[in-house]
Amino acid sequence: MTVPVAPEITSAPQVGRPRRGVWHRLIRRKLALIGLAIILITVLGAIFAPWLTPYDPNEQMFDGLTLEGAPLPPSAQFWLGTDLLGRDLATRILYGARTSLIIGIVANGAALIIGALVGITAGYFRGWIGSALMRFTDLMMAFPALLLAICLAAILQPSLWIVALVIALVNWVQTARIIFTETSSLAEREFIDAERTIGAGTPRILFRHILPHLVPSLIVWGTLGISTTVLLEATLSYLGIGVQPPTASWGNIIFENQTYFQAAPWLVFFPGAAILALALAFNLVGDALRDILDPTQRGKA
Amino acid sequence: MIAYLARRLVQSVLILLGVSIITFALLYLLPADPVRQIAGRSATPQTVENIRVQLGLDQPFLVQYWRYLTNLVTGDLGRSYIQRSEVSTLIAARLPASLLLMVGAIFFELLIGLTMGIVAAVKRGSAVDQTLMLGSFVGVSAPQFVIGLLLLYIFGVQLGWFPIGGYGTWRHLVLPSLTLGILGAGWYSRMMRSSMIDVLRQDYIRTARAKGLTRAAILLRHALPNAILPVIAMIGIDIGIFMGGIVVVESVFGWPGIGQLAWQAIQRVDIPIIMGVTLVSACAIVLGNLLADIVAPFIDPRIKLR
Repeated sequence: MTVPVAPEITSAPQVGRPRRGVWHRLIRRKLALIGLAIILITVLGAIFAPWLTPYDPNEQMFDGLTLEGAPLPPSAQFWLGTDLLGRDLATRILYGARTSLIIGIVANGAALIIGALVGITAGYFRGWIGSALMRFTDLMMAFPALLLAICLAAILQPSLWIVALVIALVNWVQTARIIFTETSSLAEREFIDAERTIGAGTPRILFRHILPHLVPSLIVWGTLGISTTVLLEATLSYLGIGVQPPTASWGNIIFENQTYFQAAPWLVFFPGAAILALALAFNLVGDALRDILDPTQRGKA
Repeated sequence: MIAYLARRLVQSVLILLGVSIITFALLYLLPADPVRQIAGRSATPQTVENIRVQLGLDQPFLVQYWRYLTNLVTGDLGRSYIQRSEVSTLIAARLPASLLLMVGAIFFELLIGLTMGIVAAVKRGSAVDQTLMLGSFVGVSAPQFVIGLLLLYIFGVQLGWFPIGGYGTWRHLVLPSLTLGILGAGWYSRMMRSSMIDVLRQDYIRTARAKGLTRAAILLRHALPNAILPVIAMIGIDIGIFMGGIVVVESVFGWPGIGQLAWQAIQRVDIPIIMGVTLVSACAIVLGNLLADIVAPFIDPRIKLR
């Protein structure tokens, strides 16, 4: 004889509460703090670029080259030296921050939205649409992402927005897989069943109950994704198929100047350091956020 | 096991088929016209039209794709539009250089990554640990072309220890493989650290300590072999990361591999080569993932193949 067991009712996990302390926990981590500081400096530099430098990013200065026509090394007048056209490198790097941040936010935002839509649709509705979407995601995983991006960018006559689009088309895959896994496990939870029994419609379940639970993942992967995006933009621009000169981008500064690289290595290393710093910053913050927001990771680090 | 393998192989073939359709469609739809590239600017419309017919590019998309696919089954990847030789020959000639580069990269990423991870795990929580983990973040955040140019400048131009480009001796191999391996070293150091920390928590390590073994013996004989296996099992997945990286690294160092072949082909809209390299890369990625999945249960018997 079996004893009837009362069904355990799992209450809906609290949403929002653990997030209250996120900011405080974030700034208590040394590495995350370094990351936040770098991001803040970059954002301020990008916004206030015209006031921070006396030069124009595209101004080819007469006194910006040696008499032989070579770029100038760092000096009191040109803090980071000048490039091969006699433009102030520090100014170009400041304006290049705008390019990196715009692409980082636009391309990564688009990738996040595509990834979330695909992941939620596949995870919640399942069925043939779900499996078709996930098979397509598997297929995208088999593409070498950089090669695909290079192909697209090279053939599409790149502009800032095309570069952002190309990066978004390549980078949504990871997000889609993570959101799919989370959505499909959420969709099976009892509190979602309970919602359905009391007659909640699909939009209500999706927006009130599924989406809020995905927010931590979206924040974490959104932050880490900016780092990938910044690196991909720099790489495409370095190959000459990303953001096109004269618009300054950290990658295309290196692309334009690399012929002078042995004689004037600062032309490669200053913009290179800027790319590294920004990508590093978003990685540090994203990793700290993952530790804080993802309960399965808690206590591991 | 056999059934699993058979199913995975069928899946892999389907994925590759999908990759070929998507790549073919992308290259077909994109605005650049390969015929214009081949014929040159001064060609008459008649010549352009002749070349188009000759290459079969006047046919509808599905006809073109079907012909490509039927040739592919017999191992024929078509002819390069510009170099006038078989794509399979061109790829076969360049593949050894790229494979060599990847082997070098695997060597460096394991050497650097595993060492960093082990030291960080042993010194867990210390300043050494934090510095190493910051270092691993730097590794995954550094653009490969910047690392490449930096290494070139320091070890090639300034110190003169290694050649600044080209191919041939082991000296030529060092800088490009180090450049390609640094990204992976960043990931491996983090995986190795957490794997080692997990192992060091196990009861049998406490037993070993209790019976009076030295610290070195515990680490090397008991902890390391168990901690290192799951990390090394990830090598298969690296192949996908390498396949993108070689385009950049080979172009920085003038390394004559398939990355450069692809990059040149992309600039000249040499579609058969782009298709060929993409398919070879996709094959490598799919095989790498398959390999990683197959070795997993041997390393951790709790994992079951499904």
